[in-house]
Amino acid sequence: MDNFAFFRPTSVAEAIDLASGDQGRDFLAGGTTIVDLMKLAVQRPGGLVDITGIEELEGYEIGSDRLRFGPLARMAVVADDAGLREACPALTESLWKAASPQLRNVARLGGNILQRTRCPYFRDTAYTGCNKRVPGSGCAALEGGVTSLHAILGGSEHCVAMYPGDWAQALIAFDAEVRTRGPGGSRTIPFAELHVLPGDSPEIETILEKGEIITSIEVPVIPAMRASHYLKARDRESYAFASASAAVGLEMDGGTVKDARIALGGVASVPWRAAAAEEVLRGKTFSEALAREAGRAAFADATPLEHSAYKIPLGADVVAGALMTAHARAQAAAKGEK
Amino acid sequence: MAREPAHPRPGVTRRLFLGSSGAVAAGAGLAGGAPAQAQQDPAVAPEALSKVTFKLNGKKRTLAVEPRTTLVEALRDTLGMTGTKIGCNHGQCGACTVLMDGRRVNSCLILALTTEGAEIVTVEGLADPDGKLHPMQAAFAEKDAFQCGYCTPGQILSAIGCIDEGHAGSAAEIREYMSGNLCRCGAYPNIVAAIEAVRDGQEG
Repeated sequence: MDNFAFFRPTSVAEAIDLASGDQGRDFLAGGTTIVDLMKLAVQRPGGLVDITGIEELEGYEIGSDRLRFGPLARMAVVADDAGLREACPALTESLWKAASPQLRNVARLGGNILQRTRCPYFRDTAYTGCNKRVPGSGCAALEGGVTSLHAILGGSEHCVAMYPGDWAQALIAFDAEVRTRGPGGSRTIPFAELHVLPGDSPEIETILEKGEIITSIEVPVIPAMRASHYLKARDRESYAFASASAAVGLEMDGGTVKDARIALGGVASVPWRAAAAEEVLRGKTFSEALAREAGRAAFADATPLEHSAYKIPLGADVVAGALMTAHARAQAAAKGEK
Repeated sequence: MAREPAHPRPGVTRRLFLGSSGAVAAGAGLAGGAPAQAQQDPAVAPEALSKVTFKLNGKKRTLAVEPRTTLVEALRDTLGMTGTKIGCNHGQCGACTVLMDGRRVNSCLILALTTEGAEIVTVEGLADPDGKLHPMQAAFAEKDAFQCGYCTPGQILSAIGCIDEGHAGSAAEIREYMSGNLCRCGAYPNIVAAIEAVRDGQEG
């Protein structure tokens, strides 16, 4: 690993000041992504600004109207919160089905949503073609590479790297917001606008500016969160990135779907809301056939690569399966209320 | 293993050289819990060694490290505590698992400078001073929960964490919550048995 300067700010203002210059400094929280990528020489920051000493960025609150997560809350701690499990199972399941216990003990929520792609050509500097790592250098995946782990939604001719995260899918499904502070002041970003499609500049992954820091992740509570589920299909049963996953939530009015939320993981360049699939369900009588129709609709616009066509039927099944579980949860809740 | 020649880890020899040339003294006033500077001067400059103090197996230890030194490197190379193993060096295999403030972590992904004030427990700290094994160590021996032994220190620390975190309720839950520790010998069934035994208070 290259060496770097190390900073320990104790306030957000100080952290912004340290990271917003052109010295190539990055924030350090849990470090499970950036330390790994620094060892691989994929990221070579001139300095790390360790924000773990900033108390106001810790903690989380499970409110009745709003969930608020500090960016320094640990994945494992939030995943084990019984109140969150009841309020929104998909937010809990997408945390504990991610990574390993050791990583979840260290990784923080802010870093989790900003984790970078697992594209093997991005992670291995022996491949010279990676537009994300070296803008303009090409794409080893599209130029004869193995594309089984790549995006079939949202990719471009310059980059088909997949967004690997799980929790982000539950956040985007339930209209989360990200609050930030940076050199230009504070702002609130709809989660769906945080990540940007690769287009012709895949090195740009979010709209965050240099030195802009996430101060909280907030989710307004809606009825579909209670009957929610995160289903994750992967090559091995645990501790693997998604081959295809879905975060879903249902609000039922008797047998009719009042509200449906669907987001897709393991298949897209960015956290991916499947609006067309949600529309298939809204106002209809729920059935397995309808769930399967929604699953197919989620992938209607997918562009399979040479080795990733399998993700389309797998992803459709995952969406349908997640909806069946969410529906069962809605039914159980309705019975409990009677 | 997993030490890319292109990106060498900080060498022991070089560290000792820097230490004897006064770099430790230069860095000592700048870090080690000192209040962070508001100015642009780094708390620790790239090539400087600076002090970090943590409690290791109950004993306070102060050592000089570079910013890039990871906890497992500090343990093995600086302190000579080689019970903690480096497998993949990327947080994928769990061989480097230690307890940090009661939580199991991959020490290969933790920068040593970020352990200021932490309580670290490694496999060397598990047995009683008189040599009596920790119940989990005894259970691993009793249940034959290893073959080559390379992953075993990490497995044992992770197993202790698994029970402490309340995720050893069933064999299935143990398998899920031990998934961060790989065993190429395939001792998994016996590892699960050892954890169940300790959970049930049998001490092997």
